[in-house]
Amino acid sequence: MNYETIIGLEVHAELSTKTKAFCSCKNEFGGEVNTNCCPICMGYPGALPVLNKKVVEYAVRAGLALNCHISLFSKTDRKNYFYPDLPKAYQISQFDLPLCRDGRIKIEIDGQDKHIGITRIHIEEDAGKLLHGTESEDYSLVDFNRSGVPLIEIVSEPDLRSPLEARLYLEKLKGILEYLEISDCKMQEGSLRCDANISIRPVGQKSFGIKTEIKNMNSMKALQRALEYEEERHRRILSQGGTIIQETRRWDEAKGITVSMRTKEQADDYRNFPEPDLVPIVLDKEWIESIRKDLPELPDDKRKRFVKEFGIPEYDASILTLTKELSNFFEECAKGHKNPKAVSNWVMGEVLRIMKEEDIELKDLNIKPQSLGRLIDLVDEGVLSSTGAKQVFEEMYKTGEEPEVLVDRLGLKQISDEDAIAELVKKVVDENQKTVEDYKRGKTNALGYLVGQCMKASKGKANPQLINKMLRDLLS
Amino acid sequence: MNTLDLFSLTLHEIRDMMRNGEISSKEVLDSVYGRIEAVEDKIEAYLTLTKDYAYEAAESIDKRRLKGEKLGDLAGIPMAVKDNISTKGIKTTCASKMLENYIPPFDAHVFEKLKEAGAILVGKTNLDEFAMGCSTETSAFKITKNPWDLERVPGGSSGGSAAAVAADEAYFAIGSDTGGSMRQPASLCGVIGFKPTYGAISRYGLVAFASSFDQIGTFAKDVEDCAIILNYLYGYDEKDTTSLPIEFGDFKEALNKDIKGMKIGLPKEYYDKGIDGEVKEMILDGVKVLERLGAHVEEISLPYAKYAVPVYYIISSSEASSNLARFDGVRYGYRAKEYKDLEELYVNSRSQGFGSEVKFRIMLGTYSLSSKCYDTHYNRALKVRRLIKQELEEAFVKYDILITPTYPTIASKIGEKSEDLVAMYMSDICTVTANIAGIPAMSIPCGFSKGLPVGMQIMSKAMGEADIIKAAHAFEKNTNYYKNKPTL
Repeated sequence: MNYETIIGLEVHAELSTKTKAFCSCKNEFGGEVNTNCCPICMGYPGALPVLNKKVVEYAVRAGLALNCHISLFSKTDRKNYFYPDLPKAYQISQFDLPLCRDGRIKIEIDGQDKHIGITRIHIEEDAGKLLHGTESEDYSLVDFNRSGVPLIEIVSEPDLRSPLEARLYLEKLKGILEYLEISDCKMQEGSLRCDANISIRPVGQKSFGIKTEIKNMNSMKALQRALEYEEERHRRILSQGGTIIQETRRWDEAKGITVSMRTKEQADDYRNFPEPDLVPIVLDKEWIESIRKDLPELPDDKRKRFVKEFGIPEYDASILTLTKELSNFFEECAKGHKNPKAVSNWVMGEVLRIMKEEDIELKDLNIKPQSLGRLIDLVDEGVLSSTGAKQVFEEMYKTGEEPEVLVDRLGLKQISDEDAIAELVKKVVDENQKTVEDYKRGKTNALGYLVGQCMKASKGKANPQLINKMLRDLLS
Repeated sequence: MNTLDLFSLTLHEIRDMMRNGEISSKEVLDSVYGRIEAVEDKIEAYLTLTKDYAYEAAESIDKRRLKGEKLGDLAGIPMAVKDNISTKGIKTTCASKMLENYIPPFDAHVFEKLKEAGAILVGKTNLDEFAMGCSTETSAFKITKNPWDLERVPGGSSGGSAAAVAADEAYFAIGSDTGGSMRQPASLCGVIGFKPTYGAISRYGLVAFASSFDQIGTFAKDVEDCAIILNYLYGYDEKDTTSLPIEFGDFKEALNKDIKGMKIGLPKEYYDKGIDGEVKEMILDGVKVLERLGAHVEEISLPYAKYAVPVYYIISSSEASSNLARFDGVRYGYRAKEYKDLEELYVNSRSQGFGSEVKFRIMLGTYSLSSKCYDTHYNRALKVRRLIKQELEEAFVKYDILITPTYPTIASKIGEKSEDLVAMYMSDICTVTANIAGIPAMSIPCGFSKGLPVGMQIMSKAMGEADIIKAAHAFEKNTNYYKNKPTL
C-alpha cells in the first residue's frame, strides 16, 4: 500500500532579549552556574513575575514575519508539572489565547512553492538545567541561569508531507528568526529546539493516522534522519498489520533510532489555568503597526533583490540568503565589486566549504568580506591563478592576513610581464624544435605541450593565457 | 501616665506622645515587650520575636527624632507581621513544617514600606498553615488563644495578628485576607480588620495562597489608626502587575465626616439561617446607630451570594494547588530524610511537610483543575464568580455600602469545630464575597455576645475605601466598643 506522511513541527526558540521573561536577570548563555538568577526565576515564596515587554515585542515581530494574526487580547497560563529544573513547579505559558495565530511560511520543494500553515505562536519561559553527577556521585545539581529565559513556541499545521519538507520548513523558519534578530537559533546550544509529530495514512484517506511525537533532535540533519526512521517504522508496523501506539519517542542520535519515552496514558495532566499573577496582554493596533514598519528585509525579499541587484542566478541567491550572516557577508563583498558572480562562486564554494570542514561559524572565519573581494580582484587582474588563490584563501583563514601580503609571502604572483614571458617562450621554442615542427605540420595539441614547458620553466608562476597568446604569435 | 501602660494606647495616641517628646520609641518598645512577656505565654500570638532587630530600629528612630528630623505617623510604632509575609533575614514559616527554617533573602513590598516609614517589627505572628483555615488551629507550631477567652480560638487565618492587637502586644498588625482571614479574626478578637480593594496593596512578598483573592491588610485598634496605616500601605508597585496604578488619597480625610444621606444596603441572604440570633441582633443594632446618624437603610437581595462559598473554595484551592507546588523539597524548605528516587523525594517531602488542611485543599484544587473536571468545576466557578461580581457592582450603583455580619457566630472553643469541615467552610459565607469581587471590606467591633466580641462587616465598591472609613468612624464615635479590653 502507498502511504502518505503527515508531519507537524513544534519549534521552541529562545528569545535573545537582554533580560529574562519575568525578572530583570540577565539572559545570557554560558554564564557561571546560578549567577543569573533571583528570587523570581528561582520561584521563592512570595516572589511575583512581571512580563518583560520586549518578549511580547519579539514574539509579535515573529508573528508578523510569519504572516500571523496578532491577538489584541491574550493572556498567560500556568502549565503545572513537577521537575527539579522547574522551580515554581509550573511553567508560565499561553494556553488557549496565544499571542499570534493563523500564519504561514513558504517553502520551495522540487522547484514549487508550498505554503505551510502556522497554527500559533505563543510566549513562555524556559526551565533551568540539570547537571547530573557521575554514576558514583549520587546526586544531580540544578543551574537556574536558564530558568525564566523567554521562549516562543511556533506550532505548524500538519502540512508537511516528508522529512525533507520538515527540514526545509525548519531551515526557512530558522532563517527568518535570525533575520528578525530575535533568537540565536543555535540547535546545538538549545536556543532552537524542535519536536515533531508524525503519522502516516494510506494515500487518499482523509483522516489522520495515529501519531507519535519525536524529541531530542539537535540538528537539521537529525530532524530529517529521525523523521525518516520514524516514517519507515510506522510503515513497517502498518504493513505488517500492526497498530501505532500514540506516544512520545526520543531520537537516539548515536544509534540512529527512536526510543519510547512515555505513552499517552502516562502523559501528564498539566492542569492549565489562567496565571493569576499576571494581567492579560492587551496590545495596541498602532504599536503592532509600528513593529511591522520596522521589520527588517526577510530572506525571500533579499533573494529577489540579490538576483536583481547583482545579476546572480536564483539558485545562488537562495543559498546566499539562507542565513542573515552569510547574506550580509556576500553583500558586503559583492557591493561595488566588478564581478558579483565570482563573489557568489567564492562564497558558496570556498567560504561554505571551510565553514563546514572546520565546523565554524561565519564570524569565526577570520576573513573580512573586503579581503575576499580583493582576493577575487587579484585573480581577475591575472596576478593570481585560481589554484594559487585557493592557497591564499586557506592562508587567510589560518593567519588572518591580507591577500596581497600572502601572495608575496607564498611567492604566488603570476608573471604577466610581456618581456619576461617573451624571453621564456623564445627559450622553450629554441629547445623544442621537434615539437615546433609537429605543430607547424598541423598537430595542434603540440601547443599544449609547449605551454606546459613554459609553465614548468617559470615554476608555475607565468600567466598561462599570456604564454598561449605569445606562442601562437611566434609560431604563426 | 505610667509608662508601663503605654501598650494599651492607640497608635495615634502614642505617635502624638512621641512627637511631643513625652516618651521615646525605646520606652514604647519596652512597654510592648513588657506586655508580651506578661501575656504571651497565655496568648501565643507570636511565632518569632525580633527583639534585637526591634531595639536597633527604635534606637535609630530616637536618634533621628533627637536630631530634629520630622518623622511620619508610623515612626517608632511597634507592629506585628503575619508570618506569611516575607521579611529579609527573619524566618518566614507560614506556620508550616515545610518552611520551619526558611529565611527569605528579600523583603515583601509592604514590609519595605513599613520599615521606611519607621514602624518597628516586634515579631512574626501565628496563622493557619499557609493561611488556610479560620481558627489558627492548623498552624504546625502553636495554638493561639482568643484574648477574651483563652479556651477559644482567635479566628483565622490571621489569628496571631488579631490576638496580638487585641491583647495590646502590638499597636497594629499586618495580615492577609484571602476569604476573610483578616475580618473574621478581627471580629472574634474585637479589633478592626481591613481588607483593601484587590490590587490596592502590592502582594510582592506575600507567600501566595490564592493569588486572585489574596490581599494584604491591617488590624488596628481604632478607625483612625486604620486610616493612618492604610495610607502607608497603599500604592502601586511595579513588582506586582496586579497592583492598581491609582492614587487613593489620604484616608484620614474620611474621618469625622457626616454620614447623613449615606445609602446602606442589608443583603438579606447574609442574615439568613445559620447566623446566630444574638449576632444578628447586634449587627442590626449597629445599623440602627448609623440610621440614627442620618443614613438610609434598605434590605436588598443578592441571589448569587449563596454560591459564594463553593466558588471561593474551588477557585482558591485550584490556585493554591499550583502556588504550593513549589514546595517540593528541592531548593529550600523541608526535605524528607528518606527517599529512593525523585518521585519519592517529592511525595515524602510534601506528605510530611504539609499539614492535613493544606493537603486537603491541594487535592481539592488539583481535582478541580484536572482535565476531567476543569469545565464542570474550575471554569464554571470562574463564570459564577463573574456573576457574583456583576451582581455586587449593580448593588453598589444604588448603595454606598453594604453591611453584614462578619461571621455567623462568636469565637468557638478550641477543637470544637474542626471536626465538621463543611460547616466550617460554610461559615465563611459573609466574608468570601468581598474576595471574590475584589472589593474592600472592614470588620469593626459592634458589641459583645456572651462576653465575646462581635464584628460588623462594611463593604463598598472597589476603590470605595473612603466610604467604609467614613461610616466606620461615625459608628465608632457613637459606640466606642473598641475601648473595651479583655482582662488578662
